Amino acid sequence: MSNQKDLEEYAHVLQQCVRCGACQAHCPVYSETGREGSVARGKIVLAASVLSGQVVLDERLQEDMGLCLLCGSCVTHCPNQVPTDKIVGALRRKITDQHGLSSVGKKVAKVTGSKSLMKTLIKGAEFLSPLLFKKIPESSGLRLRFSPEILKGRSLPPLAERTLFDRVPEFLEGDPEKGIVTVFAGCALSYIYPQWGELLIRIPHRLGFSVYFPKKQGCCGMPALSSGNSALISKLSETNIGALNKKKSSVILTGCASCRGMLAGHYAEKSGSPFDSKILDIHQFLVANGVDKILAALPQKKQTTRITYHDPCHLRSEGITREPRALLQALPQADYVEMEGAGLCCGLGGTFTAHHPDLSRMIGDKKSSGLKKTGATIVASSCPGCILQLQDIIDRNGLQMQALHTLELIDQALTDEQQS
Amino acid sequence: MLNQDILDKLEKIVGSSRVSWQQVDLVTHSFDATQRQCMPDVVVHPTTTQEVSQIVKLANEEKIPILPRGAGSGFTGGSLPVRGGIVLVLTRMNRIIEIDTDNLVAVVEPGVVTAHLQRKVEQLGLFYPPDPASKDFSTLGGNVAECAGGPRCVKYGVTRDYVMGLTVVTPTGDIIQTGGRAIKNVVGYDLTRLIVGAEGTLGVVTEIILRLIPQPEARKTMLVAFTSIEGAAEGVSTIIRGKVIPTTLEFIDNSALSCIRQAGGDLGLPEHTQAVLIIEVDGASDQLDPQVARIEELLAPLGVLEIRVAATQEESEAIWKVRRAISPSLRQLNPHKFNEDIVVPRSRVPEMIRALEKISAHYNVPIVNFGHAGDGNIHVNVMVNLDEQGMRETVEKVLKEIFETTVALQGSVSGEHGIGTAKQPYIAIELSPETLGTMRAIKKALDPHNIMNPGKIFPELNPESPLPLLENSAV
Repeated sequence: MSNQKDLEEYAHVLQQCVRCGACQAHCPVYSETGREGSVARGKIVLAASVLSGQVVLDERLQEDMGLCLLCGSCVTHCPNQVPTDKIVGALRRKITDQHGLSSVGKKVAKVTGSKSLMKTLIKGAEFLSPLLFKKIPESSGLRLRFSPEILKGRSLPPLAERTLFDRVPEFLEGDPEKGIVTVFAGCALSYIYPQWGELLIRIPHRLGFSVYFPKKQGCCGMPALSSGNSALISKLSETNIGALNKKKSSVILTGCASCRGMLAGHYAEKSGSPFDSKILDIHQFLVANGVDKILAALPQKKQTTRITYHDPCHLRSEGITREPRALLQALPQADYVEMEGAGLCCGLGGTFTAHHPDLSRMIGDKKSSGLKKTGATIVASSCPGCILQLQDIIDRNGLQMQALHTLELIDQALTDEQQS
Repeated sequence: MLNQDILDKLEKIVGSSRVSWQQVDLVTHSFDATQRQCMPDVVVHPTTTQEVSQIVKLANEEKIPILPRGAGSGFTGGSLPVRGGIVLVLTRMNRIIEIDTDNLVAVVEPGVVTAHLQRKVEQLGLFYPPDPASKDFSTLGGNVAECAGGPRCVKYGVTRDYVMGLTVVTPTGDIIQTGGRAIKNVVGYDLTRLIVGAEGTLGVVTEIILRLIPQPEARKTMLVAFTSIEGAAEGVSTIIRGKVIPTTLEFIDNSALSCIRQAGGDLGLPEHTQAVLIIEVDGASDQLDPQVARIEELLAPLGVLEIRVAATQEESEAIWKVRRAISPSLRQLNPHKFNEDIVVPRSRVPEMIRALEKISAHYNVPIVNFGHAGDGNIHVNVMVNLDEQGMRETVEKVLKEIFETTVALQGSVSGEHGIGTAKQPYIAIELSPETLGTMRAIKKALDPHNIMNPGKIFPELNPESPLPLLENSAV
């Protein structure tokens, strides 16, 4: 059964938009296009018009509905908190239901359904070893999110030989008094950046917690949401809810901002959270367990690296901005500087970048002056999608920087300490 | 629907990617912040004055209504295409052409967002004061068309006071320059002042020369809680009479305060607070404390419960939070809001507030008053449930009485939102037939075919029988 609402169920919510236009000040897409159809207010009016029959789900409408990063900035800043991201999600599902998957979604469906096309895809994406691609489940969002359209011409991390599932056991025993935490890693931390995925499991274990990492988990469904594929979202959420509820635990930890947004937000869209325990971003968990204080108590390194932080939209819009900074500022090996425009969207936006590569780059490049001004050599973030896009922005603009996950820096400090 | 020949001509002027008559684009340009909808025939995104001129010439020849549009965030229907036609979206004309730090002048295109210019000039130690509540998204072109105000107007004046010159495409498509960069200029009529606040009915502004001032060194915020509404209202005029001009002087009455409380906001105010003034002063840092002391001295006899002076940025932010909590909380009272931006001479604020209380009691309709007050501009919010029987008629009477009282107190029916379509029924309360006739004559002379934002400002029907009440925005 779907845990997503139909557009019709948002009819009364659409009326809460008073058309004030405040969303224009916060929409990364509108700031590039200046077109009313790009911004929340225009999309809400269109959604209402779809319901009243004033407009039909034609190509032009699909184009405007495609112009949304699902970043949630408009929701955060709306005087009436109208959930435009959810409304756009519902409209995209409606489009898919009536017209089938479009553009990227269609291509991906074609690819996964045909062996010869699969070969072409692999050829076109030489950087993806066939071996690795085989290991990625067909339902994985990676096939959407990191499909060749998206990866073309992009700076990519060297791919790991072993996925996260090969690297860690399903259960790591800890101090019985500390209890169990469940980890949801998501596709990118399982297949593309498993070394960071591993930290998401090892660091809580190092703190004494028993860690349960259910092997049955799959893609969170964000790319499926982004492309309006309701059947896939339902399938994925069902799998994940089952896997994550299997063992009684105090919290469910995520290390990917978008995965967290899916689990805590969109899974709960229809009838509240389906999980038995609370979803916590890893930074919230670490700060709650005093890791910022542990880091601050470590002896300060003589040679420090200047670092900065990029807020992933799906943490910023949930108000999770303090915790990552508290941890980074406490690092003994780093000198933290705040970046101008740290909260500006990187422009990746699920499948947005595949539909609108130029626009995605233009939005991303707005970060380059802020990045440059920091003088930092490392920009940390906590969303693999953002990290991928940030490295691309850095390389395209000729900056000398590296984008990596905050967990790597935290682990570095804790490991150095253990070794000395 | 326009014929294909005209659409082809538009495409020839700006290119096909910037012209659309697809239903989706028509719908997204059919509304503004008034919650009314009027469909245009075609949407065009020009990027140069020349393009605007050619489009307007075409519209004039073919007698097609044409409507300049910025952010579409106006409150009175100024950017509603009430007669269809061409919507001219100016958001892509958004270059800050020049900031002249020698002459303290900025030259901008109309699509520049107000706050963007402000941030840019503040980096240079300069200041562009007009600060409508929508400054983060409203465009300077829209600000010029409506002569936007804002809280800082008490001390710094409105948009009009900062516009030195304009490039305007007239309703016949001619490109004219008004005013200029020099501080003094008495050559011919002051067309700049005619265009500012004309609500886009006399031409399309395509370039704006703005006056800048040095940025004040420091600012101080204070909150004063009063035992009575009269005390606070009296406070507004007392401060001005006492020859102190604060940067902002905001008034909040007890019904607004109780809305915030009902919405769950903790204001931390003394228990019997009936009204609040939020006051900000700015200037050289050593001038702030004396100004605050003078204000405290002036207000002391008026029933003050508490005076809170913010010592830090955070404390100042906490004070402003009270003010910002009002609008979203008004729904506590009733679902439908009629927000009127009346203005009276500052000494008449107490009389106006008393009159509003009387009207509210007489019709048994909640009226929440807050707003800039320091410049006499009170945001009067008549909160009703239109589903109640006879409520529409009651609201009509209430509004009419409010406007009549305003004018009787030498005030105006609109301080900063404009007339548009929403206030047409009331314009004749303020303007005599002769005055309105003069305005119509100007409109007719400049726009013989009535193509430039038609259906705005002037009552369409006989002023004696005003248009039916338009549905206003419901927060």
